[in-house]
Amino acid sequence: MTVHTRHGDASDGALAQAVGGRLSRVDGPAKITGAAKYAVEQQLEGLAYAALVESTIASGKVRVIDTTQAEAAPGVLQVLTPDTIISLRSASDWFGTPPPDKPYCPLARDITFSGQHVAAVVAETFEQAVAAAALVKVSYDETPSIVDLSDAKAGDGIPVDAMTKEWGDAPAAFASAPVRICAAYNTPREYQAPMEPHGLIARWEGDHLTVWEPSQWLDGMARTYAEWFGLPFENVRLVSPYIGGGFGSKALALSHGAIAASAAKMLGRPVKLVMTRPQTFTGYGGRAATRQTVTIGAGHDGVIQSIVHRGVNETSIDGMWVEPLGSVTSIMYATPNFSSKQNVVRVNSVVPGAMRAPGENPSAFGIESAIDELAYQVGIDPLEIRLRNYAEQDPHARKAWSTRQLREAFAAGAERFGWARRTPEPRSMRDGNQLIGWGVAAGTYPVRRAYGEAIVRILADGSVEVESSSIDMGQGTYTILAQTAAETVGVPADDVVVKLGDSRFPRAGVTGGSRLAGVMTGAVHKAATSALDQLIGLAISDPRSPFHTLQANTLVVSNGRIGSPRGDGPEVSIAELLKSVGRDHIEATGDTMPANSTAEDRYKNYTTIAMALPHTEGNYSRHSWCAHFIEVRVDEDFGTVRVSRVVSALDSGRLYNPKLAESQWKGGIIMGIGQALLEEGVMDRRHGRIVNDNLADYLVPTNADIPDIEVISVGIPDLHSSALGGKGVGELAIVGVAPAIANAVFHATGKRVRDLPITLEKLI
Amino acid sequence: MRDFSYLRATSADAARQAAALPGAMLLAGGTTLIDLAKCGVAAPDTLVDITHLKGLDKIEVNERGATIGALARMSHVADHAGIKSRFPAVSEALWQAASAQLRNMATIGGNLMQRTRCPYFRDPSNFPACNKREPGSGCSAIGGVTRGHAVLGASDACIAMYPGDLAVALVAFDATVHLGERKLLVDDFFLRPGATPDREHAIEPGEMITAVEIPGSAAARRSTYLKIRDRQSYEFAAASAAVGIEFEADGRTIRDLRVALGGVATKPWRARAVEDALKGKVLEPDAVRAASRLAVEGAVDHGANHYKIELAPRVVARAILKLGETV
Repeated sequence: MTVHTRHGDASDGALAQAVGGRLSRVDGPAKITGAAKYAVEQQLEGLAYAALVESTIASGKVRVIDTTQAEAAPGVLQVLTPDTIISLRSASDWFGTPPPDKPYCPLARDITFSGQHVAAVVAETFEQAVAAAALVKVSYDETPSIVDLSDAKAGDGIPVDAMTKEWGDAPAAFASAPVRICAAYNTPREYQAPMEPHGLIARWEGDHLTVWEPSQWLDGMARTYAEWFGLPFENVRLVSPYIGGGFGSKALALSHGAIAASAAKMLGRPVKLVMTRPQTFTGYGGRAATRQTVTIGAGHDGVIQSIVHRGVNETSIDGMWVEPLGSVTSIMYATPNFSSKQNVVRVNSVVPGAMRAPGENPSAFGIESAIDELAYQVGIDPLEIRLRNYAEQDPHARKAWSTRQLREAFAAGAERFGWARRTPEPRSMRDGNQLIGWGVAAGTYPVRRAYGEAIVRILADGSVEVESSSIDMGQGTYTILAQTAAETVGVPADDVVVKLGDSRFPRAGVTGGSRLAGVMTGAVHKAATSALDQLIGLAISDPRSPFHTLQANTLVVSNGRIGSPRGDGPEVSIAELLKSVGRDHIEATGDTMPANSTAEDRYKNYTTIAMALPHTEGNYSRHSWCAHFIEVRVDEDFGTVRVSRVVSALDSGRLYNPKLAESQWKGGIIMGIGQALLEEGVMDRRHGRIVNDNLADYLVPTNADIPDIEVISVGIPDLHSSALGGKGVGELAIVGVAPAIANAVFHATGKRVRDLPITLEKLI
Repeated sequence: MRDFSYLRATSADAARQAAALPGAMLLAGGTTLIDLAKCGVAAPDTLVDITHLKGLDKIEVNERGATIGALARMSHVADHAGIKSRFPAVSEALWQAASAQLRNMATIGGNLMQRTRCPYFRDPSNFPACNKREPGSGCSAIGGVTRGHAVLGASDACIAMYPGDLAVALVAFDATVHLGERKLLVDDFFLRPGATPDREHAIEPGEMITAVEIPGSAAARRSTYLKIRDRQSYEFAAASAAVGIEFEADGRTIRDLRVALGGVATKPWRARAVEDALKGKVLEPDAVRAASRLAVEGAVDHGANHYKIELAPRVVARAILKLGETV
């Protein structure tokens, strides 16, 4: 894979080490050399190993669990069943909603999906645990299951009124529109499939619980563990120094965590439980399958008069997951009449979960495919029709955009891609047996904002230390926080050590919704400013300071050295100054919470998502934006689709580190290629069971599937969105990739594929 | 835990004898066996390791043909200059199989013993019925998810696909497998499932693959392996074709043609009907396409795998026409 990058537009042209610079990942060498120790790699004395036993039916009740053979197997320490595991309390959800006053059992008697945990075996070794788990015999009373959205028993589902968005009279305007299109778009179950599977080590010391677990949200998960076991929040410590990919799936404490922590408590020994790869397809939810109907009424000029949108996503029998399907539909284009409604349908599945751009991703597949269909219907270039319907303000919130560089994205992407050379007719471009298609689609993701806190210490040797319970799952938190502290204090980034992934550190909310960089750069900037103020204050006021006699109002710190702004007088290193004034360190805590926040506010902010600021708060509507231009080659005989070129122009506001932002964008685009062409959880309808629950059969792109990807930053600093001007990066780029590919496939073949993934049998 | 014995064979004869005992299995690259042990399909009592045995990894290529030792690695064979020049289809089939890591580990003998990727076969805990695993238990695949299952050579007892690439090329060029002294055509080494899908290979207890021999031919020299798949690497064939062609002196009339299919059948599938229809004819696109339809004579689909019946003839035709272009 070759990756070309043009940059500089939104970066500050700064030194690599400062905010906006292209500093390489500071955690990279540790990961490449294997020195980085992941959560479940801790070596603990007396560690025991747990293995899960999962249901082999999708619906029914456990009749009997026969543990006789398993208990007699070599090395077995305990066999946990719903009857023998300790009773836990129900925990609140991620909004902080108080839980029902009833016990929680992470092992199921009532089966609502295939792969549900019904028992667990703990043994001296991993191999003994796995072997004994296979000896646990479970019998069931099976009942008919609802396989998926297309199951006749599934019905229309439950309306989610909170998702309804309406203005004008959309049905009437549609009925009277001169041009009308209506189509249904489907996306299958998709899975995060992180390289590092889910798992944990749980250790009890009295009534204190330590959990080493890959986590996108230490404080949220610590809260859940604390509530399950009836402990004070402070008694639970989560440790997650590195995360081998999360994509939304590692934000919550899940039932396997409750099982391992219960086993450790019952056994009085630390217990390790790591999911097998197949278990990662059933132990927690991937992206829910969705179905959308998009109807557009327009004039012959392609100007939209009405959009009527209906969406459905699947959820589990006893859990609720809403994948907001109208999120892009309602803001991408100006329309005087609009209606979007959504239902959820209960099926026998694990409750679906967050996966990179939940909501926006499938939503964009619907609307960005539909407007392409409209473009062909009225005979207007797919790029031109998007510009004709450009939303100058948020059509739903009726507020100004904070920044919306989407027009610039279309222009920059089209120019670089060579869109003007496109011939409009389907099947009009080819190279031998290869039909060539060019497609465009836009994407967007809201700017989610919350609060964070951090400690910045200036140490005796002049180095700087940053601590935060936020995490780095590969997106670059270690690096950008080092850059932020380095620039703010005035030291090289090499002299900054960032410590993350321990809930004992200052707290942080969820790493999800592309919010962390904006939140944490703000908090570190604040703490570092405060530390710098202390340092300069000491230098000016302490009688032992070499600057004391200078009578200066202020001093500057640059490259680790302190001097007067005018360059006269003494200049010393930070270490020398601290030594002269007799201090071994300076420490400052900074947070971005409102000034009058209570301890309860803070707890709520860091352990729930209830206090996140709406993206339409105040006078502005805040979003990241992007435009993808994609070339596909479709073999006319075989129906195989290969993406041969991608140019994407993206507006994430100011980039704290363009190198890392580009890397995330490219990752999102690659994941979007997988979604468009490969990814699908395939169900055996008789068993209600996914059959491709491994990485040989659940296909994600290989290097050979990924062509040149060129990303162009068109963002400008957006201070309505974050303290330092950035908007969301991580989820944006996947949004719009699948429709751009589907649109390109239509241009290549004349066939409109509305069901992902676009596999070869849909085209031959 | 399930204990097993690990035995390092001291010679090929010792290995054969040890592996003849019930519950014993030979271990070479391990890329299939260890995988199947992890998913609970293979449960050997004894592993007889043969990877260190001398003299079984030779690759010899001359005018008469190629002899490839059973322990030669896939990547070595694929990169062998003689194989590349005299048997391009063999090299291409190997390069397009599996991943670089697997090709570096897997041996030629082990490759021939590769088991099916049928998801029902590979998941005993969720799908107890599998005639291949447990004779008489039934077939979970029939009526289930069948997108990757066979349309040719299946039976009421089993529709599992043969997943490999190399053997498709071997069958096309009349290769033989050496089981010590006994030699048989690779085409005969692989068995159709019939009523006994648990028996996949014509190998007896006490026998061990020692080599594969491919006779040299003009058709093998002008040959190719075309593999069509959902993704570009590390993926099994949706349909594939090993094709070799020899022209008369006029450079247009087909003297010899070899066609075998992968990704569509329960075993590597020689398509002699296509060969017979085109031998003696002038290479011409419409005739090639028409004849290629014969590749799927007798094919039966199970719903989701119907596309293979459409796809396979197109793959065959493209491969033949591609070889014709290089005249």
